[in-house]
Amino acid sequence: MIRNVFPGALAAIALAAGSLLPLATEAETLVVYSARNEQLIKPVFDAYTRATGTEVKFATGDAAVLIERLAAEGRNSPADLLMTVDAGELWNAAERGLLRPIDSQVLARNIPAHLRDPGRRWFGLSLRARTIFFNPQRVDPAQLSTYEALAGPAWRGRLCLRTSKKVYNQSLVAMMLAEHGEPKTEQIVRGWVANLATDPFANDTALLEAIAAGQCDVGIVNTYYFGRIVREKRDFPVRPFWANQGAGGTHVNISGAGVTRHSRNAAAATRFLEWLSSGEAQAHFAAVNMEYPVNPAAAVDPLVASWGQFERSPLNVAEAGRLQPAAVRLMDRAGYR
Amino acid sequence: MPATPQRRAAAVAVVLLAVPALLPLASAAAAWLAPAGEVWQHQLAHVLPRVGLNTALLLGLVAIVTAVLGTGLAWLVAGHEFPGRGVFAWALLLPLAVPGYVLAVVFAGALDFAGPLQSWLRETLHPGLRLPPIRSLGGAALVLSLCLYPYVYLLARVAFETAGARTLEAAQTLGLDRHAAFRHALLPMARPAVAAGVGLVCMETLADFGVVAALNVDTFTTAIYRAWYGMFSLAAALQMAALLALLALAGVWLERRLRGDRSFAGQRPSGALQRQQLTGGRAMAATLAAAGVLAVAFVLPMGQLLAWAVRHAAADLDVRYWAFAARSVALAGSGALVVVAAALLHGYALRAERRGWVRGLGRIATVGYAIPGTVLAVGLFAPVAALDNFLQARFDAALGSSAPQLFLQGTLLTMFVAYLARFLAVGTGPVESGLERIHRNLDEAATLLGAGSLARLRRLHLPLLRGSLLAAAVLVFVDLMKELPITLMTRPFGFETLAVRVFEMAAEGEWERAALPSVLIVAAGVLPVILLARRVTHVA
Repeated sequence: MIRNVFPGALAAIALAAGSLLPLATEAETLVVYSARNEQLIKPVFDAYTRATGTEVKFATGDAAVLIERLAAEGRNSPADLLMTVDAGELWNAAERGLLRPIDSQVLARNIPAHLRDPGRRWFGLSLRARTIFFNPQRVDPAQLSTYEALAGPAWRGRLCLRTSKKVYNQSLVAMMLAEHGEPKTEQIVRGWVANLATDPFANDTALLEAIAAGQCDVGIVNTYYFGRIVREKRDFPVRPFWANQGAGGTHVNISGAGVTRHSRNAAAATRFLEWLSSGEAQAHFAAVNMEYPVNPAAAVDPLVASWGQFERSPLNVAEAGRLQPAAVRLMDRAGYR
Repeated sequence: MPATPQRRAAAVAVVLLAVPALLPLASAAAAWLAPAGEVWQHQLAHVLPRVGLNTALLLGLVAIVTAVLGTGLAWLVAGHEFPGRGVFAWALLLPLAVPGYVLAVVFAGALDFAGPLQSWLRETLHPGLRLPPIRSLGGAALVLSLCLYPYVYLLARVAFETAGARTLEAAQTLGLDRHAAFRHALLPMARPAVAAGVGLVCMETLADFGVVAALNVDTFTTAIYRAWYGMFSLAAALQMAALLALLALAGVWLERRLRGDRSFAGQRPSGALQRQQLTGGRAMAATLAAAGVLAVAFVLPMGQLLAWAVRHAAADLDVRYWAFAARSVALAGSGALVVVAAALLHGYALRAERRGWVRGLGRIATVGYAIPGTVLAVGLFAPVAALDNFLQARFDAALGSSAPQLFLQGTLLTMFVAYLARFLAVGTGPVESGLERIHRNLDEAATLLGAGSLARLRRLHLPLLRGSLLAAAVLVFVDLMKELPITLMTRPFGFETLAVRVFEMAAEGEWERAALPSVLIVAAGVLPVILLARRVTHVA
């Protein structure tokens, strides 16, 4: 057996050495570090290549890891764009000086101001709504109103939440911090924890299924998880309720991107962002995951549109990043796991 | 002893092999130089007491369950004859091929309130019926034990089958019956093997993020990620990782102490262990026990995964999957060769050079296995990227705009260095116990007969070590098939593997679509595991 090992080892070393060859950075290639996953970006990136001839390469991973990677690589980083599925992570990358400000009339026109960085370093490309879902057999929607109200005694033992480790909940609580301040937010989160029907879930899909099975009556979930289930099971016994209508609006977050500080193709990267924010590309980018386009002019997926219009929180999503560490500490104190 | 050139070379080898693990450890230690005060105060007050207790409980539970399950099954299979034994002998190793995070998701789906089992129980028996929650510390301990017990099973079985016959014979000569002989002679004899297995299990448990995250159990590892991802403090995360590494070192030291100076060395290879024929109810109980473990840890979860995979195969399974699978196997295969070669060198160097600091460094080189993969990847990535930047600046200064663009951090070389940092322990375990069984007198005899060290290696040691090397290679191979964070961070552009595929789907919560690549990971791991199981009796 061992005699067979050495040719194999040589091959492995040759393979490793081969990849040491310099990586050419051609003008017509863009490199994206993306926390938005392959199946959600590749169809859109491919469409861009077909339309413009510009090749788009990408490396996926957790946003925090990609940000460390950008920071460690510094001015030699091959990345032109950083894409994430949460505003907080973009805020963090911008704070650390990893993204550059972009002046673009197109982006300013296509994307509502509260869904992009006031410092012009990152831009929302799709909108993710996190709202209340309920079991219509056990809850009369007239009893529902706001996230805050779910902390009340009427919901004792009836609420399901996803883990506070997920950035979506950290952003939700951060936005509540921005609106209500610390004491009141902590009171609300403590109320939620007291109302839990079961320990927090590891993902939104399991939470929706728990509502359907009657383990709990209400929960807070991103709408596209619901969309994925009802696309296959039309009679899934859970309904969305638009939270905080007339009371600050439903919590929204973005999937978005920014051009890196050390990009060698910043102009091409900006054109790519502009393309993503307009027309069919904008509709496509949101529709692959049943999210909402950020551009009000873009078409909404018909199933998504069937859940109705809703008032969105007008707070700038940058707040989600600024207040995220405080939100995490608050949730730790409140015993929200 | 004077420092011969050989011993100097050995010391150099140990130092070099420790470098991959030392890089992230140094990053972690350096994080302590700039204390993240605010985050730490918070952690001490609200996080560490709870996650510390959880981690200790989880570690204790998993260690006890895997020790009992692994040793018990090993003795059952090695020492008894019962229906199905021949199949269980290798099949009980199969859970090794299943990634822990995948098993956790399957268990959560199947056993939660909304899952099929509990729904059925509520409908048929009583609407108020509840099973103990799977999303809990106990659930995490169950899942981790089921996917990690094979480490103990494998090493304990090797011990029973190689040295069991003579030990049993000796004990029976002293008048002990078979049961008493097992308790008083065989079990102590197998203790180093069991300890080595439980040691690997504990390190995996400490580093685990996938299982505890899927079941939402808070441990030291999840607290590390929360500080980093949630509070944007990589410094605090690295500091906690440094504590974890210290804990692991203490564990390694403890394992050595527990092992004592019992060594296999000098034990003559003994004849085959006489297996006791079980009959009637006892035979049936043995079959049921083995079948039960196998069903819960492998067969049923695989059934669920296959059902999911088939449902999505029409949409997802395309030609690219051949490339994903080929890359996974090539990467895991070549990675296993590199790690095992390093483990062999490591074992030899420590055999030649026994000074305290060299041995200590040799141990430190293996604690990467207890550090969460992502933290280790970042800890290693930063120095490599810094080196890349340093070299690039020199190139640019010398050559101007015609300088080539380096990209060290995105190469397979970096990937393999990181694999070494993480998986050396998996290779050194079997290799060391194999080397321990080769008595030094043999070396000396060979030297006296004029054999040089290379000739000694090829003609004397390799034949004796074949089984151990195979065991090491297979263990590392299946670990690399499942490995994610290092591959994810250091892979070249467009370099997708099966594990990366699982990540792409799972990160967006599309667990059913993650089943297809998961099944392929298991399928690719099953063959080598069967190969290992069939050869394991020759590990002498």
